[in-house]
Amino acid sequence: MRYAETGFNLEIDLTRGNIEKVATDPRDTELYLGGLGTNAKLLWDRVPPEVEAFDPENLLIFGAGLLCGTPATGCNRTIVSTISPQTKLMAFSMMGGFWAPELKYAGFDKVVLRGKSSELVYIWINNDKVEIRDASHLKGKGAVETAELIQKELNQPKAQVAAIGMAGENRVYYASIEQGRSSASRGGIGAVMGDKGVKAIVVRGTKDINIAQPAEYLGLCNEVLEYIKYREDHPIPGVMPILAGLGSPQEMKVHDEKWHTENFMWGNSRTRRKDFWNDEIAEEWTKTMEDSRTRLISCYNCPMKCGATISMPGLPTYMMKCFSKLTYTMAAFSDLDFGLRIAQKATEYGLDGFSTPQVMAFALELLENGILTDDDFPGMPDDSEGRFYWLLDRIVRREGIGDILADGTYWAALKIGKGADAYAHNNIKKTEQLPLKLSMLNPIYFLMYSTGEKMNITQIEGQFPQAPFPKREHREKFVEDWIQVPDDRFKQYFLDWEPRGENSMPFYPTVPMVCDIVDWQERMHYIDDALGMCAGLSSFPLKPPYHIHNYPKFITSGAGIEMDEEKLTKAAKRYRTLVRAVNIRRGMRRADEAPPENHWKKRFPELETELLDAYYELKGWNNDGIPTTESLQDLGLDYVSEDFIKRGILDK
Amino acid sequence: MKAEKKTKIVKTIRIDVDQCNGCRACEVICSAVHAAPKFSSNNPARSRIRIIRDPLRDIYVPVLAGEYTVAECAGRDKYMIDGKEYDECSFCRASCPSREEFKEPDSGLPLKCDMCEDEEDGPQCVKWCLVDALIYEEREEEVAEDEGPETLEIGLESLADKYGLETLMETMARMAKKG
Ligand code: SF4
Ligand code: SF4
Ligand code: SF4
Repeated sequence: MRYAETGFNLEIDLTRGNIEKVATDPRDTELYLGGLGTNAKLLWDRVPPEVEAFDPENLLIFGAGLLCGTPATGCNRTIVSTISPQTKLMAFSMMGGFWAPELKYAGFDKVVLRGKSSELVYIWINNDKVEIRDASHLKGKGAVETAELIQKELNQPKAQVAAIGMAGENRVYYASIEQGRSSASRGGIGAVMGDKGVKAIVVRGTKDINIAQPAEYLGLCNEVLEYIKYREDHPIPGVMPILAGLGSPQEMKVHDEKWHTENFMWGNSRTRRKDFWNDEIAEEWTKTMEDSRTRLISCYNCPMKCGATISMPGLPTYMMKCFSKLTYTMAAFSDLDFGLRIAQKATEYGLDGFSTPQVMAFALELLENGILTDDDFPGMPDDSEGRFYWLLDRIVRREGIGDILADGTYWAALKIGKGADAYAHNNIKKTEQLPLKLSMLNPIYFLMYSTGEKMNITQIEGQFPQAPFPKREHREKFVEDWIQVPDDRFKQYFLDWEPRGENSMPFYPTVPMVCDIVDWQERMHYIDDALGMCAGLSSFPLKPPYHIHNYPKFITSGAGIEMDEEKLTKAAKRYRTLVRAVNIRRGMRRADEAPPENHWKKRFPELETELLDAYYELKGWNNDGIPTTESLQDLGLDYVSEDFIKRGILDK
Repeated sequence: MKAEKKTKIVKTIRIDVDQCNGCRACEVICSAVHAAPKFSSNNPARSRIRIIRDPLRDIYVPVLAGEYTVAECAGRDKYMIDGKEYDECSFCRASCPSREEFKEPDSGLPLKCDMCEDEEDGPQCVKWCLVDALIYEEREEEVAEDEGPETLEIGLESLADKYGLETLMETMARMAKKG
């Protein structure tokens, strides 16, 4: 018997309309765990670098994490992986919500789509009964609307629906896949779904998930719940409220937006408004939020309530979480009322809340600077809000200038020319980043930004405080119950970290310390993504309930795979390296690994070189960021080194 | 004969629909605690508590499984509460032919909440609902003493439904003679 996982993938060939239930190899679970890990293995094995995002041979994989569907609190992530049209690299975006557990109860760990359907279809998985159904009547419908219509036509109110909107149908490079309160947004995976002609995947499952060592596993789950309660009662002192507790940043709960609005950039990630926040705005925005927010809501099996149901007067209800609350507001120099209204439309269209506002602000900046002209924007209103709505409608339909903008700032700038690339200034690996511009280089963030392959800093950072605490006694207090560190040396790094003087940034933490910290941060995210755990209860917050010390026990008692910290660390390194291998084979190299040039005002080129050199070495990569034959062999990835040698990427 | 009045502890769960966030942790743990062996599997479709949930209409009603009923009732009325429209069934605890709630997925056998009587620390759904949508309460109530043994009655009733009351009585009579 397989435990925690079902042991089956659902393989669907859309070109031929073929549906197959395929047993998976339990040895792969041992090596790559599940979720992202086994997704990466499938992409490596079956999608060679010649295959482009919109080729029928590209796979679109919906992987439920290894522990999804078990009683482990907050374990509900679907990891969607494919080749991204935007980066041309491997995209892996995660969504919370309810879809992954439902898939497990239906008896599958993954849905693997290949080929292309000539007509728009949706896939209906009802336990073992799987159908490809006509979706022509859903063409152009919103993602939230689609979910409702399908639940009604199937008479299945409990079915979980992952759907795309018009943006995905029209292959917008930053189209998302929406699922109730959650979405998988980065990397344009919604565009790949649209390209494959799939409007939605609908799941209902009523089967059991088995646990290898029931009493031990539930004991661990109860410990996690106890710790969550403890952390709710003991927020971390001295850090800002959204970082003090657990969960995703509590944007739906928190009204005080002084920090975001005064520290993040407005417009096309350009303008800092230092004295923006005042009582009047606070009062107005609080009212907007309170009038529209009907309820705080959670993902499957989680008490954290990171999302909210939003009903703006006169608009259909939708659900939201996190920082998309402010991205539209700030890109358009507007207010929260506008932000929540346009987000309703963008959610129905199925668009990434980070890239979309930035692309629109970029277009308007090009207009302001004469690179684009009024002729490119026929009929566009004069006011900022009106312009954003106008652009949004053009982008998702790929009409006029919208067709160019639908490829994101990087590709749009290439097409537009005339120096437009200077305005696509906030990208890493062709992907729009959070609108942040800071003063002095932070070595930890430098490495995370540069080497991250998840494209989103919130999915790379975490665990280690973002800044030193001013007083030593305060730091001492912090490390007292810091049980999550893999080793006590991390406590020492933090204890000695000062805001000013010798032990301050950018030269402290020292290069080896920085590498160590970033490696830990990244490892935890990769483990979460294989197990299906929400980063909000694990790799993202300070002092989370899940960590490197209890995870092995969860895997042993849940999935019945003997695990310890060392073996887990190695497994995570294995599939992390495999993700890199997929991207290396697609041409990614050291030159691509850089934060936006203007991310920090004060840069330290020599130190930055030293950081990358040292980090690559720690990871077992050569000086160009390519995993070495030796390290690949050590991880049992001989097949990767053989391929690299055959392709001339590595020497014999 | 007139029944004597006596006080008895009634175990109840107070359900605060305003607190529910729709996470379904209660369904997870209920199904896990009733698995055999305990916790060896879980499956919300076997849970004895269900969240009647319609997020876009802000409807979240945790319902604990009550009696099995052989035929659906006439209840098709609507309740308007705080501007939200609820089906009458949203509050009903019955395992009833008109819906899939409270039935074992494979056998279709009815499920009923047993208040986790085998658990030392009481109802597990309450324990796992960290947001206090479910609160365990014990109340003293006066009851007539000679109330029939409930489970026996339910068992007999479902046998009667299955085989017909007459056959059942004949069988019982036969058994009594043998006895
Ligand atoms: S912490 Fe928040 S985002 Fe994470 S699973 Fe829980 S409700 Fe979802
Ligand atoms: S555990 Fe509580 S909050 Fe979650 S669905 Fe059940 S009753 Fe609602
Ligand atoms: S009290 Fe126990 S049996 Fe009843 S619904 Fe809650 S967990 Fe299930």
